[in-house]
Amino acid sequence: MEHRGLGWPRLSGLLELLAALAVQAVRASAVAAASPDLCLWPMPLSVQTTPRVLHLSPDNFFFSHSSTSKAGPSCSLLQEAFRRYYDYIFGFYKWHHGSADLRVGVELQQLQVSVILDPECDTFPKISSDESYTLLVKGPVASLTANRVWGVLRGLETFSQLIYQDFYGTFTVNESNIVDSPRFPHRGILIDTSRHFLSVKSIFKTLDAMAFNKFNVLHWHIVDDQSFPYQSVTFPGLSKKGSYSSSHVYTPNDVRMVIEYARLRGIRVVPEFDSPGHTQSWGEGQKDLLTPCYNGKEPSGAFGPINPIWNTTYSFLSKLFKEISTVFPDEFIHLGGDEVDFNCWASNPEIQDFMRDKGFGRNFKKLESFYMQAVLDMISAINKNSIVWQEVFDDASKLMPGTVIQVWKVEDYTQEQSKVTEAGFPVILSAPWYLDWISYGQDWKRYYAVDPLSFEGSQEQKKLVIGGEACLWGEYVDATNLTPRLWPRASAVGERLWSHKDVRSLEDAYRRLTIHRCRMLRRGIAAEPVFTGYCDHEDRM
Amino acid sequence: MVGSTLWFSLLLAAAFAGRATALWPWPQYIQTSERRYTIFPHSFQFQYHVSSAAQVGCSVLDEAFQRYRDLLFGSVSFHFPQPMGKQHTSEKNSLVILVVTPGCDQFPSLESVENYTLTVNDEQCFLLSETVWGALRGLETFSQLVQRSPEGTFYINKTEIEDFPRFPHRGLLLDTSRHYLPLASILDTLDVMAYNKFNVFHWHLVDDSSFPYESFTFPDLTKKGSYNPATHIYTAQDVKEVIEYARLRGIRVLAEFDTPGHTLSWGPGVPGLLTPCYSGSHPSGTFGPVNPALNNTYEFMSTFFLEISSVFPDFYLHLGGDEVDFTCWKSNPDIQAFMKKKGFGEDFKKLESFYIQTLLDIVSAYGKGYVVWQEVFDNKVKVQPDTVIQVWREEMPVRYMKEMELVTSAGFRALLSAPWYLNHITYGPDWKKIYMVEPLAFEGSPEQKALVIGGEACMWGEYVDSTNLVPRLWPRAGAVAERLWSNKTVTDLDFAYKRLAPFRCELLRRGVQAQPLSVGYCDVEFEQT
Repeated sequence: MEHRGLGWPRLSGLLELLAALAVQAVRASAVAAASPDLCLWPMPLSVQTTPRVLHLSPDNFFFSHSSTSKAGPSCSLLQEAFRRYYDYIFGFYKWHHGSADLRVGVELQQLQVSVILDPECDTFPKISSDESYTLLVKGPVASLTANRVWGVLRGLETFSQLIYQDFYGTFTVNESNIVDSPRFPHRGILIDTSRHFLSVKSIFKTLDAMAFNKFNVLHWHIVDDQSFPYQSVTFPGLSKKGSYSSSHVYTPNDVRMVIEYARLRGIRVVPEFDSPGHTQSWGEGQKDLLTPCYNGKEPSGAFGPINPIWNTTYSFLSKLFKEISTVFPDEFIHLGGDEVDFNCWASNPEIQDFMRDKGFGRNFKKLESFYMQAVLDMISAINKNSIVWQEVFDDASKLMPGTVIQVWKVEDYTQEQSKVTEAGFPVILSAPWYLDWISYGQDWKRYYAVDPLSFEGSQEQKKLVIGGEACLWGEYVDATNLTPRLWPRASAVGERLWSHKDVRSLEDAYRRLTIHRCRMLRRGIAAEPVFTGYCDHEDRM
Repeated sequence: MVGSTLWFSLLLAAAFAGRATALWPWPQYIQTSERRYTIFPHSFQFQYHVSSAAQVGCSVLDEAFQRYRDLLFGSVSFHFPQPMGKQHTSEKNSLVILVVTPGCDQFPSLESVENYTLTVNDEQCFLLSETVWGALRGLETFSQLVQRSPEGTFYINKTEIEDFPRFPHRGLLLDTSRHYLPLASILDTLDVMAYNKFNVFHWHLVDDSSFPYESFTFPDLTKKGSYNPATHIYTAQDVKEVIEYARLRGIRVLAEFDTPGHTLSWGPGVPGLLTPCYSGSHPSGTFGPVNPALNNTYEFMSTFFLEISSVFPDFYLHLGGDEVDFTCWKSNPDIQAFMKKKGFGEDFKKLESFYIQTLLDIVSAYGKGYVVWQEVFDNKVKVQPDTVIQVWREEMPVRYMKEMELVTSAGFRALLSAPWYLNHITYGPDWKKIYMVEPLAFEGSPEQKALVIGGEACMWGEYVDSTNLVPRLWPRAGAVAERLWSNKTVTDLDFAYKRLAPFRCELLRRGVQAQPLSVGYCDVEFEQT
């Protein structure tokens, strides 16, 4: 089996490490519960804290590079992160300067960061990126050690969450020792910018909040039936005619800014260009791409999915995906492939002829597979890997090995996971995490209780689950309600994908999540309340 | 009343006039035509008619003119085509307002008349109303009629509107106990209420979770009962500001102090007020509803409600009375003894009645009317005939329409809220269900129907605070607003959608974080800060 650079050897090593630390983790959560101020989210693999406290002074504390670190001040990714986290820790309370009396107790003056291997400062995060880190908090100098910058980013987030203010407003941290790494390498949030346009600012906010929850993939469902906001250099007509308006587009510069903003936070951007269905908006700017539907012998004037029988279709797609593969640096492109409606294809006489010639009979799934296979080949020819929605697997007779299957249908999703992994394909789980489906009350508990590996299958099958995604589809979501609808509900998914599988106490999660939510508020994320209560600093106060 | 034949012709008129008639809520009578009048922002003025009872110096209208000028023209730099010479018949440079009855410094009341007539034709651009409150409604309508062409010119179509509300009580409930809402959130909500012609802000100030209302007679209530006595409170100044801000928008503030249940947060500040619950023969350390067996309780309530009656100018107070849990009362030996003494037997509803009646007597003595939740009626508390009963339970003890029938057949006035709990959310366009409720769809005589004074959209706060309040409220509450204002024949969902979607975009343009109804976009989207 081909693993297409998913880094399995490292991952399996990680799983062993996880197993070894499981006992320690259980003990750690007991310790954590004893300290009311320890409210980490997501819960690290192993946490040891002591009652011994250190104090920090905003005027006297700084982040530094250890002399042995492979990264230094020239690593702008870390310099930027230092500035951000200084602000998250102290920024909000700047008026507290000087009020704290640090003569009592030990002061923490420095967090010294050490990167052990080639830091990867100027590269893009990948699915195989190492996000593990260890954090040793003691006075006067604490240390954060990681193989790569990606681990440093995760460790800085954890460090910032350890610090609290005591009764007198003094910044305080308990001496602690944390060893941490993620359970799954793919931890994503899906945003949909076609049903409603989201401004670049809104996307930035989402990326900020993702970093607070240790998410590492922005699945950008950038286009769909309703609108085509992606401004293509090769085919400018697509957004010119297919976007909601000329102000509802992402220029090449917008896209670059999103990718860089994400990179600085250790977040990959996986673009989705869903086809052959969900493409109505493509038809506006690209003539003869969509299938003309027929009403008896006459074209009805309506259009269906992309027309899979014309060569022009494939030459168009080939050029478009070539552009996409250079614009988006991630090794993965999401090709969609969901919910293809066969009615229009079935009505079209040319397609009927084509079906006959190919010997597909009346089986339109074969036509769908024919199309998808051609697109998958195209992607592999430009040295990218593909992610597709589960129908592509369900409807295919054969599928290129290594294609990642995203399971989204909520009915029998564990069975689907079994089937997909049994056939040897990597899986991303989304089915139980459609956050656009809202209901009254604390639905985060349902998301939290899911275990992505609860399906029937061998150890090898389980290893094929590379992670999951919380999906916020955009039919009823735009910039007005995106943030409170996403946070902290997606945080439940964030912890499920990062933390050890034994971290599942709802009571402890509730306690930590309510405080994590207040922390997000303080950092400017309008995360909605988990339940009745308050934060010291409310939104809009 | 507009007959249904006329209604359909109006519908057609609206379809032809397109966006120009994307009014929300839909007026009782409207006629528009394609004829357009240009409006020049730099010269346009709101003017009092010489024979208007309200003149310059009328705070309600002076400030409204300022607000609507900003809403209409914003901070546009006035680089528009200048009007040439004297006014052409195709231009309008003023809206003339004539108010018949003086009353600029009063508070709106349940009896306030909100009727208005708006005429825009070759001869005039004229708003006529009985009261300043009607003028406010008319100004809102006027602001929704003014459109902007793609070239940036403002214009208004020739229009004749005669409008009045179907129900006099059109309320919105906010809960500031489960979560504290910053003052700015409340004030902003009042603005959007005015855009929707709501006229009652039902302020569910306190509850079990916290007591943010700062009482000057009992400061310990907030000191010990608020989430944070320095930050999560409403000072006397805050309350005054809310009341005045509401008044200037023609909105009443109906304050609710819910007792005897829902009062856990009162306990810490008033020792002895709540009932100590017993576990066997010992106090368990927990507390139940207000203790109805002690004289002290009534002395406290007497003093407290004296303050409340003077702080809140509205004739009505909301006294709550919902969801009283009898378990704690039952467990308490003092209460048991009191029950025996009063001859209540084992019927705790009688004890509840005793408490509520005493409280109602106190409040009536202060010259106030009151609204209570339906349990007070269900539990057969003897109340004065002018009590308003708010129906909130969807299914129990009977379906809410049956409850409306029962309440009105007993001769009480009713407020409907049961189908309008906006804190309950589901996937999809639930505004349609909210919109399709007909408040008078119960069996009953015309006299009974006349007892329904309106309804309220309720946004309870268990899962709502300032992070999600606005998108959860708007435009969903708009569906309730139209149901309570417009003619009962205005029920077509397509027609509603065609107006509500642009109205939601208009809300965005006015800076309101109103969520989308369906897929699509607005020219001006919400700006992330």
